[in-house]
Amino acid sequence: MAKMTGKQMVIEALKREGVDIIFGFPGGAIIDVYDALEKDGTIKHVLVRHEQGAAHAADGYARASGKVGVCIATSGPGATNTVTGIATANMDSVPIVVFTGQVPTALIGNDAFQEVDIVGITRPCTKHNYLVKDVKDLPRVLKEAFYVARSGRPGPVLVDLPKDVQNGKAEFDYPQEIKLRSYNPVIEPHGKQIERAYRLIEKAKRPVIYAGGGVIISDADKELRALAKAMHIPVTMTLMGLGGFPGTHELSLGMLGMHGTYSANMAMANSDLIIAIGARFDDRVTGKIEAFAPLAKIIHLDIDPTSIQKNVKVDVPIVGDCKRVLKKLLDAVKDGGRPAEAWMDQHQAWLQQLDAWKKRHPLTYKEEPGVIKPQNVIEKLYEMTKGRAIITTEVGQNQMWTAQFYKFDEPRTLLTSGGLGTMGYGFPAAIGAQMAFPDKLVVDVAGDGSIQMNIQEMATAMEQRLPVKIVILNNQFLGMVRQWQELFYDRRYAATEFEMTPDFVKLAEAYGAKGFRATKPEEVDDVLSKGLEAEGLAIMEFAIAREEGVFPMVPAGKATTEMLLV
Amino acid sequence: MKHTLSVLVENTPGALSRITGLFSGRAFNIESLNVAATLDPTLSHITLVTRGDEFIIEQIIKQLRRLVDVFKVVDVSEGEFVEREMSLIKVRAEEESRAEILRICDIFRCKVVDVSPKSYTLEVTGPESKLKAVIELLRPIGIKEITRTGTIAMMRERKTI
Repeated sequence: MAKMTGKQMVIEALKREGVDIIFGFPGGAIIDVYDALEKDGTIKHVLVRHEQGAAHAADGYARASGKVGVCIATSGPGATNTVTGIATANMDSVPIVVFTGQVPTALIGNDAFQEVDIVGITRPCTKHNYLVKDVKDLPRVLKEAFYVARSGRPGPVLVDLPKDVQNGKAEFDYPQEIKLRSYNPVIEPHGKQIERAYRLIEKAKRPVIYAGGGVIISDADKELRALAKAMHIPVTMTLMGLGGFPGTHELSLGMLGMHGTYSANMAMANSDLIIAIGARFDDRVTGKIEAFAPLAKIIHLDIDPTSIQKNVKVDVPIVGDCKRVLKKLLDAVKDGGRPAEAWMDQHQAWLQQLDAWKKRHPLTYKEEPGVIKPQNVIEKLYEMTKGRAIITTEVGQNQMWTAQFYKFDEPRTLLTSGGLGTMGYGFPAAIGAQMAFPDKLVVDVAGDGSIQMNIQEMATAMEQRLPVKIVILNNQFLGMVRQWQELFYDRRYAATEFEMTPDFVKLAEAYGAKGFRATKPEEVDDVLSKGLEAEGLAIMEFAIAREEGVFPMVPAGKATTEMLLV
Repeated sequence: MKHTLSVLVENTPGALSRITGLFSGRAFNIESLNVAATLDPTLSHITLVTRGDEFIIEQIIKQLRRLVDVFKVVDVSEGEFVEREMSLIKVRAEEESRAEILRICDIFRCKVVDVSPKSYTLEVTGPESKLKAVIELLRPIGIKEITRTGTIAMMRERKTI
């Protein structure tokens, strides 16, 4: 077998793993891989303006497409700049592979120029990581990296490549299949557990499905829809689960938790059976844990055993891939042979109750003359895009208003940093999504605070001619923190007001993009249609009601039934 | 409740750090930790003593299993098991205390592994409770230095991990 250099192996592995787009930023310790990339010429490289942008773009690419996202950075500061992106992907189970350059093996530990122990730094926020010390190990490590990233509960994997490994030579024996004795995620659920789950469902009078990001990751949306429909069970979704079940479906209760709907939180509080699917009972969902779903038995489906029984006691744990588990559950329903009307009858009173709750406190906001309401902007955005755009968000109020007022019907259409809550995620993620789907409409919903955290990627989007649309809900506040200060800190607005924000229209123009601004409600439609129809990158800025809050809201640490409604 | 876990991990750099990082990052505690190679040089055996209620122990075991480098985790304290720890204790041995130290040594079947005009170094092996007892008896005489291996453990009878 012919010998190959380490840098060539990296390129070759990318090809064999089906990677055709990568995001990155070069530097001295990764220059050799870049050289091999250039010589090869078949893999599209997107040059970002900051390595954090590369990690988020790879993440956005992965979430939108379901494929593994790849990013590449140099040693030292290049590597540390990817860390927020890696941690973001880790919390939301996104498969990305990050390649970092490293100083030559002989210099490791010597405090060499641009040296950092990135494997040590990212150990707690990657699914797994590797420092490759011998080029002979590289083919195996490359194969493992992609396999570990995409299998089981997906996650980020980092591969650190010392300069001499990039240039060293060895045989390139790329394994076709891989089996790791220490890593065997459980995919198929246990038959007994399915039976036990079905028996609980059979008896339940007030069941509710609580669906999380796992539904989307395992492409189980069709199975979920079929299951809910077959048994007439209402569905509420976490932030990560939005799109996993159609938001416009009559059985949808919308999002639950801290800023969830009244009906979703009431459903959980009064349910006698919660069927958790690919969700992890996060504190933003449960509120005060002692008061969470006091009447309910719990069935919990998850591919990650650590998610089960971590925060709440579970009656029937089912470890396995959501799609497979749901298929088995559907089989059990069929075998049960109960007619659809029987399920309907059993849940009728419950569904009526939920309907009453929906009607009593729907998601709403107060119109005010002369002032743009952010919720209205999102509603209009939803109407104009017919719900068909890929929406990314930043973090904070912009994220919650989007989750509440944009009805996601399809999986992989909302890309948002749910677990880590990373401001600055949305825009680079939109770039990644647009690279994956050049013909789709991709919109980043941002606040004036978070858009500035990765605004430099405007240049990346321009360079790649990406028609990403940015909606900026500008209240000149770090709105979510301000809202907490208003409610719980006697309106002491410590460090949340921006006395200066840039002129976003001019900023767009400075990058060669289009910029539009609305300051009055009657301008909203016009700005949205101009922005959405503009060719190429565009910013739509909306001067929104400055002290608008996100409601309902469950104050942190309170029971989810203690919602502030307006 | 105290639990003794046997963990088989890939003998790779960073594997131990992943485990200790998991404990500190998730606020689990480690009472003692012992690591050494097994008969298979590609695997290391870690014996880890920790405390927690059943939910915490369940989480610890699951979290350990989730690590890509971890091959096997067994809570050996769930069934019958033997545990041992060894300690080297350097104790002040003046004229009047030398005989007393040797008597303690005899009772607990310790070994004197080093002698100097002013000190004895003892090797003590046994379950943690025995080590505690020896240490408490020697403390008034004057312990100059002490090192301990941490617990190692094994399931009884035919069971292996």
